[in-house]
Amino acid sequence: MMDYNVTELMACVASRTLEDGKAVLVGTGLPIVAATLAQKLHAPNLLIIFEAGGIGPRIPTIPISVGDSRTFHRAVMAASMDYVMSCAQLGLVDYAFLGAAQIDPYGNLNTTVIGPHDRPRVRLPGSGGGNDAGSLCWKTIILMSQDRRRFVEKLDFLTTPGYLTGPGARERAGLPEGTGPYRVITQLGVMGFDEASKRMKLLSIHPGFTLEDIRENTGFELLIREEVSVTEPPREEELRLLREVIDPAGIVIG
Amino acid sequence: MRVLEEGRGELLGWLDPDEARRWMAEKKRRLPEDKRMSLKEAVERFTQDGDYFALGGFGHIRVSMAAIYEMIRQGRRNLAMAAKTAVHDVDILIAAGVVDRVECAYSFGHELRGLSPAGRRAAEEGGVRVVAELSNAGFQWRFKAAAMGLPFLPTRVMLGSDTLHYSSARVVEDPFSGKPICLLPACYPDFAFIHVHRCDRYGNAQIDGITVEDSDLARAAKRLIITTERVVEEDRIREAPDRTIIPFYLVDAVCEVPYGSHPGNMPGLYYSDEEHMAEWLSLSRTEEGVKMYLDRYVYSVRDFSEYLELVGGEAKMDHLRRLELLEEPLKAPWARRG
Repeated sequence: MMDYNVTELMACVASRTLEDGKAVLVGTGLPIVAATLAQKLHAPNLLIIFEAGGIGPRIPTIPISVGDSRTFHRAVMAASMDYVMSCAQLGLVDYAFLGAAQIDPYGNLNTTVIGPHDRPRVRLPGSGGGNDAGSLCWKTIILMSQDRRRFVEKLDFLTTPGYLTGPGARERAGLPEGTGPYRVITQLGVMGFDEASKRMKLLSIHPGFTLEDIRENTGFELLIREEVSVTEPPREEELRLLREVIDPAGIVIG
Repeated sequence: MRVLEEGRGELLGWLDPDEARRWMAEKKRRLPEDKRMSLKEAVERFTQDGDYFALGGFGHIRVSMAAIYEMIRQGRRNLAMAAKTAVHDVDILIAAGVVDRVECAYSFGHELRGLSPAGRRAAEEGGVRVVAELSNAGFQWRFKAAAMGLPFLPTRVMLGSDTLHYSSARVVEDPFSGKPICLLPACYPDFAFIHVHRCDRYGNAQIDGITVEDSDLARAAKRLIITTERVVEEDRIREAPDRTIIPFYLVDAVCEVPYGSHPGNMPGLYYSDEEHMAEWLSLSRTEEGVKMYLDRYVYSVRDFSEYLELVGGEAKMDHLRRLELLEEPLKAPWARRG
């Protein structure tokens, strides 16, 4: 088996989730690595969009910010926040990547505070474009670490809507129909959401981990109905591209 | 219209649309005048303690850092900031005691570099209060409502979330679709600084690359100070009027500040100075470190040009230019490897 680290595995899994000819709203770090990898392999026409205005760039090196000059390098358009967010509101953006400090069984996310809002134990950055992406894009893919402090029954703060309280809740709140979380990719496995209950369900476990590892690191009841598969490990070509082409300095993949 | 929900966040910067019209009609002169002045003068004249303000650009990109250092040097206090993807700017302003309230879409973080030690410490210990939450599109569209002269803009973000509960937005039933819709209140900051690539003496300003919120923010701000890499002749602007993002009549002051976004990125001209950012991130872990940084880079220099000399002068700027043009590989001292 190839030697790889969890960040590389997460990048590969996220990359394989993206389809050619679709649009993806990306953030800095792992999302941009995953989207670029997809472009170099199975999705050459994946349209990468950055919230600050970059549309369809040829990304030369990993941007430090979702607004830096790399995000519109040889792009088809250098637009504005208004333009990109309006496109998402209009239904033109298929995927968005999100990260979080906490997630609940319905894929709701917290990136704002741990502890009470007026005197937080940990103050996190806030929504940024996360709430917008999670509200407006068709399918959101969440990349985060999995443990009992992060996978919780109840969030300290609901920054970005997942399926809220269950089936129909997004629509009742006024969010666009047919949108919501699609995948949760962690260092342990890949989760999706049950069609009927909108609760998180296990899809695959990464090589070397067990169902017990998943359970021990999840603070709520995860649906495990179907036969759970083993995640395909990174292929040689994926690793080569990640290490030699996409992130040679190891800024994201370490 | 039935209000379904009302955010509990403080409503900052809102004006009745007729009041906004009166302000614009009276204070924004449609007469072209030479508005060039020093940054010191612009900060003295157009910023006041207690104001609510916004900065153009995004994160550490095309942000008027020179104006931030000048506000710190002049000892501005009790400012509230529209923290729309605020990174180094809000961090250093909080650390220096200039900003004590934020309306927060993104603060206390340094994007790929991690979290901001100084800003986080202040938020957790009470040195800065988050008076309202918001999303990035939320800020964009608050400015857009103001730029359109409207009291609010209906949008489909923030619905169903605590971000909305802690914002100044309201949810109503849309009279057309019958669905709940989020109304973002217009936002007219007391002042804004926007850093641009070029501008003439009257304030006609051009930006290369993404414009983020700046076209709307320029119309929303009650007082607008343009800092520019270069002041150019009016003819240069008229040769390419399609490039103008901000016309003169919105602008109150023009300050020429080459490298004015340092240590941030200025698209096409220079990349961010990651050595300097790493120095700040390391020093700002302690209050003593914050004081050392401010003494060295802000209080011990008279103006931004002296600061530029201190951070490495022409040689450093040339290095950042080559990085921007992809002629040198990036070294990120804060990264795990590299």
